[in-house]
Amino acid sequence: MFNFHKNHRSLVIVSLLVFMGLSILIAIVPAYQMQETQPLASMQALTSQEISGLKIYTSENCMACHTQQVRNIEMDNVWGERPSLASDYYYSKMRLDLWRQSPSLLGSERTGPDLTSIGKRQPGPEWHFLHLYNPRIVVVESIMPGYPWLFEEKNENEIHDNEVTIPVPKKFLKNKNKKIVATQKAIDLVIYLQSLKQASLTQENPEPFFIPSIKKKEATNTSANSSLPDGARLYMSTCAACHQADGKGLAGAFPPLAGSKIVTDENPELLIKIILQGYDARSEYGLMPGFAEQLSDEEIAAIVNHERSSWGNKAEAVKSEDVKEIRDYINTLNQ
Amino acid sequence: MKKKFESIYDKLVVKSLTFILILFRVPSPVFGQSQPNPGTENWLTSPGVIGTIILIVIVVVIAIFILIVRLSSFIESMNKKGVVKKKMEFSEALIGLDDSEIDRILEQRKAALAFKLSGNELGSDESASDTKGVISKVTHDPENPLVDEKKKTKLNLEISDQLKKIIVWYLGASVFWLVFGTLIGQYVGMKFVWPEMDSVSWLSFGRLRPVHTNTVFWGWASMAMIGLGYYVIARTSNINLHSYKWAWRAWVLINISVLTGNILLLAGINNGGGEYREYIWPVALLFALGLIYTFLNFYKTVENRKISEIYISNWYILAGLVWTIVLVIIGYLPGYQDGLGETVIQGYYMHQGVGMWFMTFTLGLIYYYLPSTLNKPIYSYSLGVLAFWTQMLFYTLIGTHHFVFSPLPWWLQTVAIVFSAGMFIPVIAGTTNFLMTMRGSWGDISKSYVLPFFLVGVIFYFVGSTQGSLQAFRFTNFMWHFTDFNVAHSHMTMYGIITFILWACVYAILPKITGTEPRQFYVGVHFWLAFIGLFAYMISLMVGGTLKGLSWIDGEPFINSVVLMQPYWVWRAIGGSLMFISHLVFAYNFYVMVKIVKPINQEASILFKHSNV
Repeated sequence: MFNFHKNHRSLVIVSLLVFMGLSILIAIVPAYQMQETQPLASMQALTSQEISGLKIYTSENCMACHTQQVRNIEMDNVWGERPSLASDYYYSKMRLDLWRQSPSLLGSERTGPDLTSIGKRQPGPEWHFLHLYNPRIVVVESIMPGYPWLFEEKNENEIHDNEVTIPVPKKFLKNKNKKIVATQKAIDLVIYLQSLKQASLTQENPEPFFIPSIKKKEATNTSANSSLPDGARLYMSTCAACHQADGKGLAGAFPPLAGSKIVTDENPELLIKIILQGYDARSEYGLMPGFAEQLSDEEIAAIVNHERSSWGNKAEAVKSEDVKEIRDYINTLNQ
Repeated sequence: MKKKFESIYDKLVVKSLTFILILFRVPSPVFGQSQPNPGTENWLTSPGVIGTIILIVIVVVIAIFILIVRLSSFIESMNKKGVVKKKMEFSEALIGLDDSEIDRILEQRKAALAFKLSGNELGSDESASDTKGVISKVTHDPENPLVDEKKKTKLNLEISDQLKKIIVWYLGASVFWLVFGTLIGQYVGMKFVWPEMDSVSWLSFGRLRPVHTNTVFWGWASMAMIGLGYYVIARTSNINLHSYKWAWRAWVLINISVLTGNILLLAGINNGGGEYREYIWPVALLFALGLIYTFLNFYKTVENRKISEIYISNWYILAGLVWTIVLVIIGYLPGYQDGLGETVIQGYYMHQGVGMWFMTFTLGLIYYYLPSTLNKPIYSYSLGVLAFWTQMLFYTLIGTHHFVFSPLPWWLQTVAIVFSAGMFIPVIAGTTNFLMTMRGSWGDISKSYVLPFFLVGVIFYFVGSTQGSLQAFRFTNFMWHFTDFNVAHSHMTMYGIITFILWACVYAILPKITGTEPRQFYVGVHFWLAFIGLFAYMISLMVGGTLKGLSWIDGEPFINSVVLMQPYWVWRAIGGSLMFISHLVFAYNFYVMVKIVKPINQEASILFKHSNV
């Protein structure tokens, strides 16, 4: 019966059954288990516009280069406040339609950055539109493809009031006299990207943690000795996407910091307030989000000092205590 | 109740895998225990990295070995120049001779020239004939003074015209998909260097990348494997193929599947972006039907075999087909694929696609084509059987090692890592078996255009698979996961192992059944361009990927890692170009091999007529 050398039937049946058994054990049952996970209380279902954005994300295969998973190791801390949980994917990873299954959002390669909380890192739509039209408008070194087919070229007089015009700099335009208008697809995709944030945990859920790195712990020990973190590095990862590495900003979208009066003012109060609370006072520029939750006093002080001492700016350094004072003041105002 | 079942299930899994119990604590479905992350100062000395470096060195050594063998025959020919010099000196001495001496020598020579054989010295009046087929070619003018003349195929196999046609058409389709798929790959690789090459939606990176991977997977490798498999199945069962019609149906189904799948991908219609199952289900269904036809055809042929034993190749080939059919069904069925269920299946599917389909089937092909090329039996049949069962047990369990540190259950990750190490068993068993079969025939490497492909494929089988196991370790995951290192690894295996072996098999079998050999010079060009190209590709992405991972661990701004990769992406594109050119040469060789299909006996008789033997 089990003479595999001579009995082709038992050879095929045994290899089929053992393989199926192992597959059920290692794939199907765990898959069923993972599917049973419930969403967090603070999560909401995707709106229909977010879903159509997700479908564009899928059909352009953004997951070929972008992951959406914060691993539970400390190097991934830059992509989210906490490691991703199975629950985080409850709404985003449902079957798309009859033809397409649940999108493979976790991804396997980071040719581009992780997008788990891109909605928090880059909350303004202006940045996203420019970046989608041609990533090199906002990130010079980027190798991401542009998606001009999600936009339309129009003459100025053809544009309706309810349409979104994108302030593309002249040198990125094929036809210098035309304006770039976002199609519904681009708008949906940006709305989806803006919705990408990590849901906050409620008390029922245990706080997940990063597996700490020994090296990182030493680093925090040294920063406790009143020396500030690396401002240039923080600026690059937090601010440069809009204000650019050279501090010159982007005309029509993001104001320059080089030579800015607010940045170099003797009194840094307004600058620190803008970083903490955000800014939307000037209609010619996009909205700036507040960073009070994302950055610590030390980190803000380091960024401020970098901005006040780079690109020809010369102004006095600030201390983390100054930031703390202003933060406390804002908190009392809000109460 | 459900909770209770789940915990019972978790425990059952743990118990059934008792020997790994000590390695992890009670499984938690969401995330696991804290394990402090080792410092990265000594990353170079971590076992995974050292192991990988050693493995790469092995390949370099083998490459140098092949090069030396080739060079030594070249140097030999250079030495002959010394002989020429001696002749010059001799003729100068001749000029210096005086007249009487010259006359004497001339007279002597005249007499010698006038001498004639009576024709009966060997005691026979029979005309010379090569009754045992020892002489395969007669030439007074060697073609290539640089390297050894390659042996011509000795054996011309008589197979039915129908089977020959099937094999040629399967291989023909596979060659087409190889050239097309790697053209796309080459274009995609250049986009890393020049991201603004085009701004056409159908040619954007996200859409083209799966076109490249799916074409070389389902178009090139699958078609070539099945085509080569038809010959093995019929030959080792000593009987005609069960149904030629089914073989043609499978050919049509698979090709239509790859064609429509690619067009849909270009149009932005994909299944959800999960790697290697980007084709939507109706397209995958065509492919699965093709596999089912192929399986039934192979199975029936084996069932009717005229030999009582089932040759080991057929174990691998039949099982590879059965497993892959199950795999496609599990990969596409809905019901358990929402939320992270999809991710569990994705890890399982993409790994088994490689392990249970390409690797298993290709191993089956090596077990036939390698010994038949060397004209000796496989070293150990039992090792082949051991490798077969361990391949099935271990490979099936390791899919989740693509999601280490992800929100998938920690126990699933641990099982995957442990069995990745278990893969050493089938890999070492297989490699030993192939190398021991080749032992004693190393000298043939310089005389055969097939063996270098086999040698590189077998070495990469060991190096690529072992390196993959090391890459599953948690430390190496810190450094390499999500980086270009993964891309290097997949080319090392799908190209270094699968593609090189398939080339070896094609060059081994096609000349025998068509009777036309490729020009050995072009086979050499194909080999070296592909090998050097792969090496440039692999090393650049491995080095770049490592630096990228270290920069991430260091907490540098992300864009720095993009900037630092630029030179490595350039080198990757250069390596890719060499590989692509080698495929054009291969396509030419294929054309030469199949263009004139003339019966061998006729050719031999013409040969004998013209060479006065």
